[in-house]
Amino acid sequence: MTDARFAAEYEGPLLEVSDVKTYFETDRGLVRSVDGVSFTLERGKTIGIVGESGCGKTVLSRSIMGLLPRRGLVRQGSIRFEGNELIHLTPKEMRAYWGSQLAMIFQDPMTSLNPVMKIGKQITESIRQHLDVDKDFAYELAENLLRSVRIPEPARRLREYPHQLSGGMRQRVCIAVALAAGPRLLFADEPTTALDVTVQAQVLDLMAQQQSERFMAMVLITHDLGVVAGRADEIAVMYAGRIVEKAPTSVLFRDMKMPYTQALLSSIPKLADESHVRLATIPGRPPDLVNPPKGCKFAPRCAYVQDRCKEEEPPLTPSTSPGHEFRCWFPVGTPEGEAALERNKQKGLRATEALVAADTVET
Amino acid sequence: MPAPPTDGTRDDGRDVLVQPASEALLASERDGPVVEGDLVAATAVAADTDRAKRKLGLGAKLAMGWMGLMIVLAVFAPLLPVGDPNETITLDPPCPKVQTLGRTLEVCEITGLGPFADDGTAPGYLLGGDGNGRSMLARLVYGTQSSLAVATGAVLFGMLIGGSLGLIAGYFGGRVDTILTGFFNVLLSIPAIILALALVAFLSQQSAKGGQASGLPRVVILILAIGVVAVPLLGRITRASALQWSQREFVLAAKAQGAKHARIMVREVLPNVLPAMFSIALLGIAVAIVAEGALAILGVGVQPPTASWGNIIAIDRSFLTSGSPHVVIEPAILIFLTVLSLNYLGDVVRARFDVREAGI
Repeated sequence: MTDARFAAEYEGPLLEVSDVKTYFETDRGLVRSVDGVSFTLERGKTIGIVGESGCGKTVLSRSIMGLLPRRGLVRQGSIRFEGNELIHLTPKEMRAYWGSQLAMIFQDPMTSLNPVMKIGKQITESIRQHLDVDKDFAYELAENLLRSVRIPEPARRLREYPHQLSGGMRQRVCIAVALAAGPRLLFADEPTTALDVTVQAQVLDLMAQQQSERFMAMVLITHDLGVVAGRADEIAVMYAGRIVEKAPTSVLFRDMKMPYTQALLSSIPKLADESHVRLATIPGRPPDLVNPPKGCKFAPRCAYVQDRCKEEEPPLTPSTSPGHEFRCWFPVGTPEGEAALERNKQKGLRATEALVAADTVET
Repeated sequence: MPAPPTDGTRDDGRDVLVQPASEALLASERDGPVVEGDLVAATAVAADTDRAKRKLGLGAKLAMGWMGLMIVLAVFAPLLPVGDPNETITLDPPCPKVQTLGRTLEVCEITGLGPFADDGTAPGYLLGGDGNGRSMLARLVYGTQSSLAVATGAVLFGMLIGGSLGLIAGYFGGRVDTILTGFFNVLLSIPAIILALALVAFLSQQSAKGGQASGLPRVVILILAIGVVAVPLLGRITRASALQWSQREFVLAAKAQGAKHARIMVREVLPNVLPAMFSIALLGIAVAIVAEGALAILGVGVQPPTASWGNIIAIDRSFLTSGSPHVVIEPAILIFLTVLSLNYLGDVVRARFDVREAGI
C-alpha cells in the first residue's frame, strides 16, 4: 500500500488549497475558470462552495481532485492533502488517492452509474479496487454499504440495474460507491440538484450522517445557499473563478458583506411571498472568463457599483468577525455601502432597480 | 402539447434509452403545464412503440429462421446425409437419355443435369450436379461451411482489431484519436476489393515462402485479407460510440474511484458500445460473404476442390449460358437470401439498441 494511507498522523489541516489557478487554453484564448482560490478544510468539517453556474465551482473541485482532462490545462498553486502536495502528481500517482482518500459524488445520478452494469458489480468493483478481498466478501460489504445508505432490500438491489431504481435511490447508490473505500475527503458536486425536492433533504441528511460516522471532511458544491445553510461549517461564495466572500456559516448569514452573496440569497424564493410574485433575479450573466472585466468582476451586475469598482479589483479583506473575508469596496451593511446604494437608486441603475423591486415586494 | 417520449419510459428496458426520455420529460415540463390525460396518453404511445420495437416482425422471424438453418448446415455438414462434395456421381443404369449432335446418348454422370437444365434433371439428386458431375446439394452444404467460416472469421478479426483501436481512439481522444482515425481513413480510401486482392496475393506468397509444404490454409488467408478490410469500418463505428459513452459521468466516476484506463475501457465503456458493434458486425458478415464471392470470381477465393458459394459460381460460371443455369443460380440464391437475412437482422439489432448509423 502507498504511504498515503498509513502516513503518520499529520497535524495540520486535512486540505490546504492555496492560490489555485486553473486555466484552459482554447481557440478563443485562456479561460480563467479558477483564478486564485485559497481555503483550508479541517478533518470532519464541511465547506460549502456556492455560486452560479459557470463560476468555477465544478472546475475547482475537479482541479483539486486532479480529474480534469489534461489537454490545454494550466494548473498552478498548491493543493496539500494531509501535508502532501497533489498539484504536480500525474494521474497514475493520483490513483493512490482516488477512491481511498478523495472521492466524489456527481450531480446527475442518471449518468454517473453505468447503465449496463448491475448495482452490486459497480459497488464491489470499487471495493475490490482498494481492498484485497474476495468476491463474496465484497458483496457482503456492498450489502452493508447499501443498508447504511438506507436502501431497503439491499440484497435484491445489488442484483438490479440502475434504471430499476428511482433517482434518489440512485444517488444513494452513488454515495455508497463513493464511500466504498472509506475516503477522508468527499467532494459532492451539486449532489441534490437532479433530485426531487422531497428527496433532497433525505440525501443531504444521509450524507451528513455518514460524514459524522466516518469523520470525513466534505466539500459541498451547490448553487443553492439553502442547501449549505444548515450543513456547512464554512461557506465560500465563488464568482468568476474567485472566492468573493468566505465565512463561518452563521457569520455569513448574519453579516454578509458582499453584494453578490446578498443577491444570491434574495434570489431564493420565499414561502412568505404572495403567489405570482416576480422572482428576484440577478440581472445579466456571469462575465466572460476569457476577457473578465477590469476591476471587480461583479461590478457590471452589482446594485452597489461605483466608479472605483470598475477600475480597481478589491482584495480579499478580513471582516470584523474571525474567519470572515470578502472582496468589496462598498460592503453591504456599512455606511459606505448604503451610501453607494442610495446614489445608485437615484441614478436608476438597472441592477439597483431589480434589487429595489425585490425589496418592495418583500416589505 | 408535449411530444410523446418515444424512448425509455418502460421500466425494464435497456438504460441506453433513459437519457433522451428524461430530457423529453423535462422539456415537456418546461413547455407548460401538462394535463394528466396527455401524460397518460403519451406514456401509452411510448409503451406501444416500445412493444412494436420489441415484437419481431415476420421478416425478422424469417431471417432468423434462415440464418439458423444456414448455421446448422455449416456446423453439421459432415453429419448430414448429403454425400461427399468431391465425388463424381455415377448413376445406376438405366441412365437419362440426352440428345447430342442428333444422337441419343445414355448419360450416367450427372454433369450439368439439374433443375432448369436443358438436359433434364438428375434422378435422386434434387439440386442436380455441377460441371464435374458432383452433387450440387453436397457442394452447397459444404460451401455454406466455408463461406460462413470465412465471413464470420473475417468480421471477428475486424471486430477484434478495429474494435480495440476504435475503443482506444474514442476513449482517449486527442492525438491518439487523430492518428487512429487517420489510419482508418487511409484504409478506407483503398478500394476494398483491390486491398483484399493484394492482401491475399501477399499473404499467400509470404506463407509459401515460409518453407512449409502448404503454408497458411487459404481460408485463414481469406479471413485475414477480408478482416483487414473490415477493420476501418468496425473501427469507426466503435470509435464513434466509444467517444459518446466516454463523455458520460460514470466514466469520470470510475476514474475518481481510482480505476485504471484499461479497466474503464473494458468494464465501463465496452459493454455500452457492444450493441453498435454487433449491429454493424451482422451487416459486415453479409458484405464479407459477397466479398468472398467476388474474390472467388477473380480466382483468389477458397481454393477448389473445397467448395464455397463463391467458387461454385466461379468455377462453372460458363454453364449459366450453356444450358445448365442451376449451377450458378443455386449458390446465388443462397447468397441472396443470406445477405438479405443478415441485413434484416442488423436492422433489428439497431432498432432495438437505438444504434445510430452516423459515423459509418
